[in-house]
Amino acid sequence: MAVLFKKIKNLEAQIDNYLDMVVKGGFLFKQGIKYFLEEQTDEFESRLVSIDTTESDADNLRRKIEKRLYTETLIPESRGDVLGLLEACDKVLNKTAETLHQFSVEIPFILPEVKNFYIELTDISVSALEEMVAAVRSYFTDINHVRDHINKVQLYESESDKIAEKIKRIVFRSDIRLSQKMHMRYFALHIESIADEAEDVCDRLSIAAVKRFI
Amino acid sequence: MIWLYLLSGIFLGWSLGANDTANIFGTAVGTRMIRFRTAAIVTAVFVVLGAVISGEGATHTLGKLGAVNAIAGSFTVALAAAVTVAWMTKLKLPVSTSQAIVGAIIGWNFFTGSPTDINTLIKIVTTWVLCPLLAAAFAFVIYKFTMAVLPRSRVHLLQQDSYNRVGLLLVGAFGAYSLGANNIANVMGVFVPANPFTDLSFSTLFTLSGTQQLFLLGAIAIGVGVFTYSYRVMLTVGNDLFKLTPVAALVVVLSESIVLFLFASKGLETWLASHGLPTIPLVPVSSSQAVIGAIIGIVLAKGGRGINMKVLGKVSSGWITTPVIAAVISFIGLYFAQNVFEQKVVEPINETRIEIQHQNTQIDTLKNSIIDEFDLKKNINIKDSIKMIP
Repeated sequence: MAVLFKKIKNLEAQIDNYLDMVVKGGFLFKQGIKYFLEEQTDEFESRLVSIDTTESDADNLRRKIEKRLYTETLIPESRGDVLGLLEACDKVLNKTAETLHQFSVEIPFILPEVKNFYIELTDISVSALEEMVAAVRSYFTDINHVRDHINKVQLYESESDKIAEKIKRIVFRSDIRLSQKMHMRYFALHIESIADEAEDVCDRLSIAAVKRFI
Repeated sequence: MIWLYLLSGIFLGWSLGANDTANIFGTAVGTRMIRFRTAAIVTAVFVVLGAVISGEGATHTLGKLGAVNAIAGSFTVALAAAVTVAWMTKLKLPVSTSQAIVGAIIGWNFFTGSPTDINTLIKIVTTWVLCPLLAAAFAFVIYKFTMAVLPRSRVHLLQQDSYNRVGLLLVGAFGAYSLGANNIANVMGVFVPANPFTDLSFSTLFTLSGTQQLFLLGAIAIGVGVFTYSYRVMLTVGNDLFKLTPVAALVVVLSESIVLFLFASKGLETWLASHGLPTIPLVPVSSSQAVIGAIIGIVLAKGGRGINMKVLGKVSSGWITTPVIAAVISFIGLYFAQNVFEQKVVEPINETRIEIQHQNTQIDTLKNSIIDEFDLKKNINIKDSIKMIP
């Protein structure tokens, strides 16, 4: 029995580590965008390498967790939901790494007047990601507070939509080439979609939380 | 020859082990929370303990309904119950071993012209109705309490899962003990008046009475049934019949175990009587119906939607059809046993025996009023001694 409890503690720690990696990915993304906009290329590239490593480690850890949940037949009723949530969180982390890569590859021109809005949009999207992780942690330990965190994610997502729209309005009213406008528009969309993905995870989470006590 | 007569009881024990133990560990094994091997070992051990330590209470009540006092009669009665259970199971009708054995004993009473104690019969039938109701009540309360406490407990989901596994194992052990204590009467109860075993002393350590040896044999048969056939029944219960969460499964098994224990515990009966409280009759009850009652209790706790009235109808119809069918089969079987196979299905009852039985009834009445001064074990040993009087 002590062996069982030790195994469980170990798996709990693994899930916590995984969620920590998702938060770390969000933090590295925020830093990366900031350094890109400040044209600090070395710092930006360093954050890009770190986010790649984090994303890869998170994938490996997620697979280990999935394997253990199935081979040790743990939480049979909630196992499907838990794995679905972890995979959905992985999509959000992938999105952050992907977006940072796109900044590195495509090197978009960013209008000076919208740089602060891009930083604000990044902050809001990463906050949505962090609240999403808090919501997933609550699902495991404090089910009564899941709804609070989900609410915040929805608020952040809504705010990110507004900021993204503001950026697009300013960009399309500016006097630059259409190609540059479209490029900036898509990068605003990429950053905004992190908050969208976080909200999708929370939609899934709210159903999983209800199912736990049916 | 004795072993041949005991075969029908052994077969009944085997089928009890094959079918009824699935009510205890069905969901746990079906959802792979507990391995079948672990469940089988725990069930076998605790069924034996329950039967040997606490099996006499419910057996005593069956004996009051009808004392089948010839071993050939016991064989036929047990066989009639086993055939009823097997036949109705094949027809996919709900069947309770407890109800089958009661019907078969009444069939023996009709065949031999022995009077059926109406008070005992009423007591038994009342408990059949009470059993699922009590299980529902317990499940309702325990589930409500659990759902109030669990979300506030802040225990990690994975830790809850491990506590649940441990809980299922412990409650399963209690359930197996209660099943052994309550249902061994179904398996070996009819053989008690014609018990071939004598007391066995293990120097000064302890003595295994003849009745306990009989129950041990029946419990071993139950254990064999668990190991040989219960796996597929457990998977059916776990996957098809009841879609329960592990927590709900724990509540169901706990409620069922408590009800079976209440209807088997002589210790509890003694304690209640000594405190002037109404006692709970010690009667073998159906574990399947207790489980159905417990599930209904949980459904009611969740708001009452989704109760399958068809299932309820089937359960209540079984209260009548099962004992009637068993009585008819028992009657026919006894006719063949006596007239075709020339077996003695009843020992003649002389006036001395009637007087001794009457005295036993008086002793039982006296027991309830001055329980502290009356040793129940001695009372049963007196009956065993009286049987040996030619």
